[in-house]
Amino acid sequence: MEWMQILALVAGGMMLFAIWPMYKNWRANPTEAQPGDWSTAIFILGLVMLFVLMLIWSVQ
Amino acid sequence: MHQASVGSLSTLETNKVLKNTYLLLSATLGFSAVMASLSMAMNVPAGAYLICVIASMVLGMFVLPRTANSASGLGVIFLVTGLLGFGLGPILNMYLALANGAQVVGTALGGTAVIFLGLAGYAMTSKRDFSFMGGFVAIGLMVMVIGMIANIFLQLPVMAVVISGGIIMLMSALILMQIGSIVNGGETNYIMATYSLYLSIFNIFISLLQLLGIFGGDD
Repeated sequence: MEWMQILALVAGGMMLFAIWPMYKNWRANPTEAQPGDWSTAIFILGLVMLFVLMLIWSVQ
Repeated sequence: MHQASVGSLSTLETNKVLKNTYLLLSATLGFSAVMASLSMAMNVPAGAYLICVIASMVLGMFVLPRTANSASGLGVIFLVTGLLGFGLGPILNMYLALANGAQVVGTALGGTAVIFLGLAGYAMTSKRDFSFMGGFVAIGLMVMVIGMIANIFLQLPVMAVVISGGIIMLMSALILMQIGSIVNGGETNYIMATYSLYLSIFNIFISLLQLLGIFGGDD
């Protein structure tokens, strides 16, 4: 295993360590979505993905 | 009358946090750009990126939360973002070496700005609370990081594309959550808010760079 792979592995492990408190906090205090919240969020994130596809198309 | 004053005070406080967050975010992004230019000029080797990411994560996880309520927090956030900017230099040099490298880097930069400004504008004007996405973002990020670790060994380009796309989506959700939280009075520390927004912007930029490099880099 190259040293770059070892560094990437360490960085990945630390990222998991950093995300864990966020997950624990969500498990302890889950926030319920109101009606329409998810559809709005999916619509906005869908627009972001469409924009990314447009950027990919623009550099090809 | 009293309730109206309390409401106005809370709005004033929210606006102050939002203003300070945007000011600090602009300053840290500018400082990162300076550090990235410096490392590009110095021709720093590619390994520096991972070293800078690890060092900034250590500072962000263990030092920043302890100093975020004091003036020294400002120094720590500039150190964290400066390190990340310095680490970005060799990555940018690598992409700029591609035949259409300048176009790829420019498009990733402009695309990141449009995504951030669009999401921030929506979260501010709608004043919606997006904290319901916390579980989706936390579990999604864990899956993406596990995928990234697996791809260190598998080296599958398809997996790299899926992970980059997933990270852009999750970081976009995180921007909505963070700004929604500031607007609704949930986040009152502008240093921690800046750190979260900076990381989201940084990750969107890196992922966009990777996607555009894979699909558009004709080297």
